[in-house]
Amino acid sequence: MRPFEYARAGSTAEAVRQFAPGTMYLGGGTNLVDLMRLGVAEPERLVDVSRLPLDAVEEQGDRVRVGATVRNTDLAAHPLIRARYPMLARAVLTGASGQVRNVATVAGNLLQRTRCTYFQDVTRPCNKRRPGSGCPAIAGDHGNLAVLGTSDACVATHPSDMAVALAALDAQVHVTGPGGDRIIPMPGLHRLPGEEPERDTVLAPGDLITAVELPPPPPGASLYRKVRERASFAFALVSIAAALDVGRDGTVTSCRIALGGVAHAPWRAERAERALIGGPATGEAFLQAAEAELEQARPLPRNAYKVPLARNLIVATLEELAP
Amino acid sequence: MNRIEGRVKVTGLATYAAEYPAENVAYAYAVQAQIAKGRVKRVDAAAALELPGVLAVLSCEAAPRLPEDADPELALFQRREVAYRGQIVAAVVADTYEIARDAAAHVRVDYDADDHDVRLSGDHPGLYQPEVVNPNFPSDTDKGDVEAGLAAAATTVDVTYETPVLHNNPMEPHAALALWDTEGRLLVYDTAQGTSGSRDTIAKTLGLPPEQVRVVSRHVGGGFGSKGTTRPQAILAALASRMVGRPVKIALTRQQMFDVTGYRTPTIQRLRLGVDGDGRLTALEHLAYEQSSTLVEFAEQTATPTRVMYASPALRTGHRLVRLDVATPSWMRAPGECPGMYALESAMDELACAAGLDPVELRIRNEPETEPFSGVPFSSRNLVGCLREGAHRFGWRHRDPRPGVTREGEWLVGTGVAASTYPARRSPCQAVATMRDGDVLVQVAAADIGTGARTALTRIAANALGIAPERVHVELGDSDLPRAPVAGGSAGTASWGTAVVRACEELRRDGKEGRADTTDEVKADAELARHAFGAQFAEVRVSAVTGEVRVSRLLGVFAAGHIVDEKLARSQFLGGMTMGLGMALMEETLTDEEFGGFLHRDLAQYHVPACADAQHVEAVWLEEEDGELNPMGSKGIGEIGIVGTAAAIGNAVHHATGHRFRELPITPAKILTARF
Amino acid sequence: MTITLQVNGVPRTVDVDPRMSLLDLLRERLGLIGAKKGCDHGQCGACTVLIDGRRANACLALAVAVDGREITTVEGLATDGELHPLQSAFMEHDAFQCGYCTPGQLCSAAGMLGEPGPSAVTEDLLDDPDLTPEEISERMSGNLCRCGAYVGIVAAIGEVAR
Repeated sequence: MRPFEYARAGSTAEAVRQFAPGTMYLGGGTNLVDLMRLGVAEPERLVDVSRLPLDAVEEQGDRVRVGATVRNTDLAAHPLIRARYPMLARAVLTGASGQVRNVATVAGNLLQRTRCTYFQDVTRPCNKRRPGSGCPAIAGDHGNLAVLGTSDACVATHPSDMAVALAALDAQVHVTGPGGDRIIPMPGLHRLPGEEPERDTVLAPGDLITAVELPPPPPGASLYRKVRERASFAFALVSIAAALDVGRDGTVTSCRIALGGVAHAPWRAERAERALIGGPATGEAFLQAAEAELEQARPLPRNAYKVPLARNLIVATLEELAP
Repeated sequence: MNRIEGRVKVTGLATYAAEYPAENVAYAYAVQAQIAKGRVKRVDAAAALELPGVLAVLSCEAAPRLPEDADPELALFQRREVAYRGQIVAAVVADTYEIARDAAAHVRVDYDADDHDVRLSGDHPGLYQPEVVNPNFPSDTDKGDVEAGLAAAATTVDVTYETPVLHNNPMEPHAALALWDTEGRLLVYDTAQGTSGSRDTIAKTLGLPPEQVRVVSRHVGGGFGSKGTTRPQAILAALASRMVGRPVKIALTRQQMFDVTGYRTPTIQRLRLGVDGDGRLTALEHLAYEQSSTLVEFAEQTATPTRVMYASPALRTGHRLVRLDVATPSWMRAPGECPGMYALESAMDELACAAGLDPVELRIRNEPETEPFSGVPFSSRNLVGCLREGAHRFGWRHRDPRPGVTREGEWLVGTGVAASTYPARRSPCQAVATMRDGDVLVQVAAADIGTGARTALTRIAANALGIAPERVHVELGDSDLPRAPVAGGSAGTASWGTAVVRACEELRRDGKEGRADTTDEVKADAELARHAFGAQFAEVRVSAVTGEVRVSRLLGVFAAGHIVDEKLARSQFLGGMTMGLGMALMEETLTDEEFGGFLHRDLAQYHVPACADAQHVEAVWLEEEDGELNPMGSKGIGEIGIVGTAAAIGNAVHHATGHRFRELPITPAKILTARF
Repeated sequence: MTITLQVNGVPRTVDVDPRMSLLDLLRERLGLIGAKKGCDHGQCGACTVLIDGRRANACLALAVAVDGREITTVEGLATDGELHPLQSAFMEHDAFQCGYCTPGQLCSAAGMLGEPGPSAVTEDLLDDPDLTPEEISERMSGNLCRCGAYVGIVAAIGEVAR
């Protein structure tokens, strides 16, 4: 770890003022400290934002505002989240371990970085870590990397579970920064790699997430399901956040599907959603919708299994949600 | 009786290698090769040495000379050649860990890289037959006519299995603290599975007489073989300490452990079996392909359990090795037996399916009278008893033999069985028992790596003396104690226990002190086949949606002589089986063909079973009387638990899905690719 | 930088390198070797301590970032020589072998027993479920044990949870 300065911010305004090139914000640190120890992140200055008074989960009319420093554990255990956004609570509970969830913040969870083995090893090339150095994953180990929205420069996945649920819930990310305040809708915070895989998100330098706002939950039942070969404490091979509502006539009136573990960003399955809405809630329709979505997949030899896995998950989850 | 050191372990007071207090200690951090083959051209340590707090940089350009005949994996900084990616090529010593680690990133090493070859294959042109396989078995054995046996068989199978690189991953990283005194004597607190041998190796590597070196390892945070031989951290700490004139501590990072503390070789294993119409083997052939480094020949004894298991008129086993630009493979829990029995017991299941026989019955029908290859009688053998007891407890008779027919919702359910075996050995050992204030002090340089050696030896001594265990105090984990073999080969308790019993017997005669050296006793052991046996039964659930496999029941039944301590034994069996579950379903280190070295070098990528994976594991045993082993009548139990587990689980996955997976681990990726 | 923490009830003021983790502070500076370094990346749980009563990986916390916090390590679980019930139960159930993961398991269990709400395996998210073996296994999965003492760990915690 390179030497760095450490400062604690007393307010969001102060945090943003303290930002300069080479600065990183420190939340719970569960990923940033990990990356600093590996030499992947080398900030000159840390501004600790973990104690900012942004740790409340508040009901605001029919919406819920979740502060950026709310710990994952507290988010999942909050009565409002458990009752109204079970998909989100479930997603958070499947992530990491009890210890990590106690410390990891909502904003930090969104901004965690890929666990691609090459990205985490500074002795090997990686376009995300060292732009232009190459992507050995494409010919090498990509068994748990992306099949959707990849580029020739990068096939990394975003590892968050929570972000997948937030993408399905149309959450809004509140940001403040040197350029003022703004709201970024989910999905939309995270980018696809394209030619600039070093940029995970659309945030500008110095931007600080202050809250995540949850609109009213989609109608109908919802689920989050995560697939992994170890029964717990593992990143997803593929995960799904889904909500489905079916009218009395048996047609789909509302549908949200987001996938994790398949792309550089939480993947909102918009093609599948469009294919389903207004149509019958049948296994056949679910399969067609899943296949419509996964037509865009560009699997590699060792992650090709993710295509049938995502397809099976979409179909099985929707069948479970259908009345 | 609970574990004797239990209280210090649950209160956080047990002292592991890196945890001994030392005045003015400095910290070392290793720099690793970034090429897989070639030479170090130049080491530029200037930037590192400029950092405040940096004391020294060791490398092939700045290190004490060591004797020529040192183990090349331990002779640090003596040569410019790089044999594998991750090999230690330099190290920084500094006032603090933070400074040492940062400075290591500032050491610039330039290389002349050569093309490397890191891929094991069954048709690699470099394959050869080693003279012997570990520890000293013939590489190849041949009895009867395998081709004729196969030709005459009613049913045959010819199948190939693959197992990946596996890493021991004890929870305690390899660590050492080295201190030199003013007379030039060296004290190393090390993570060693045996201090006597480690003392000898460190002394030899450094060119010191053994009596000038002391190794202390009072508590060791697991080893599973990876601490059975001396590892570079002990040498590095000693060299660095001598260089800076201060005590030096080093703890390898988890990532570094993957590169320099050994691993289980990957294997490719071809099995050919035939049975006649009565389900009796007509031929059995087991050929194993595996790797070693260019530095050292390490030939794992993968096919040797096949010489022990089943009666067959024709029996052939063999090993082929290729030397690659990789780190040297090493000991990992049940080396040989573990991967070998995975393949044999999977093939037996395939044979049972092909012949329409129950897999428990097939094994019973091929029970041998004497050890199949050698013809030597068994001291005791209760495989059939274990199979029957296990089948009864597991409810095997209710099993529908047809694969792929039992389904609960999306979950396909299947059961499988496999046999276990592991040799029951002992080695020469010394011990001293002394009266001390009315109690008995027992001293032996044994190691407690989590096996419960202190507790087991306390019981053994108390039994031998006819006194309460509370009156016995066992001292171990120090090379200044009477010489003892490593905690390895499941021979620890048998070897140390024999010496402790003899010392206690001598103490009873003498009244004050008893000394024992079991060299002659062990040498006089009659020629018999001594092995523990067991049977493992698994029930798995495989998701037809996701390909996830969950083990809903795992039962092991073992026959391992007299069980010295029931609580410790159960933990050992369960622990081995849990590691076997990991081998079956998740454990795998990838080799980086492009750059050399390993990928997935941490515990988030190399998955070992978590608590949620091992909820339904059960171990029981049959009492077995065997007077041909040692004074305790015990067989080793540290390794047999992992033998057969992966086959039982793999066989259950076949029964659940109807598909045979012949490459471990059996992951959702493989299941989805094959089946859905 | 100078920081002050309460460690097992004792105030400690130390000057630390900002790069130092809470784990290295405990082990290398304060002589508290109970918290173990197994992976240094939050992937094994051997370093688990309680920070303000909540279980956390000491390896992922910068010492400077926990300035002012209350830290409880395994050394602080027993009171006046009286073992914490979890410590006694671990011994009774042989819930460890090598002992290296044990301090982390114990601190994790102590923290886990006070954590409200459902887990990933709870059927009904509105429930505060009983700590069945399945619940304990899921909640303790952040603490790896390579010796495979999980059966004993779950039994020991289950006994204390009742």
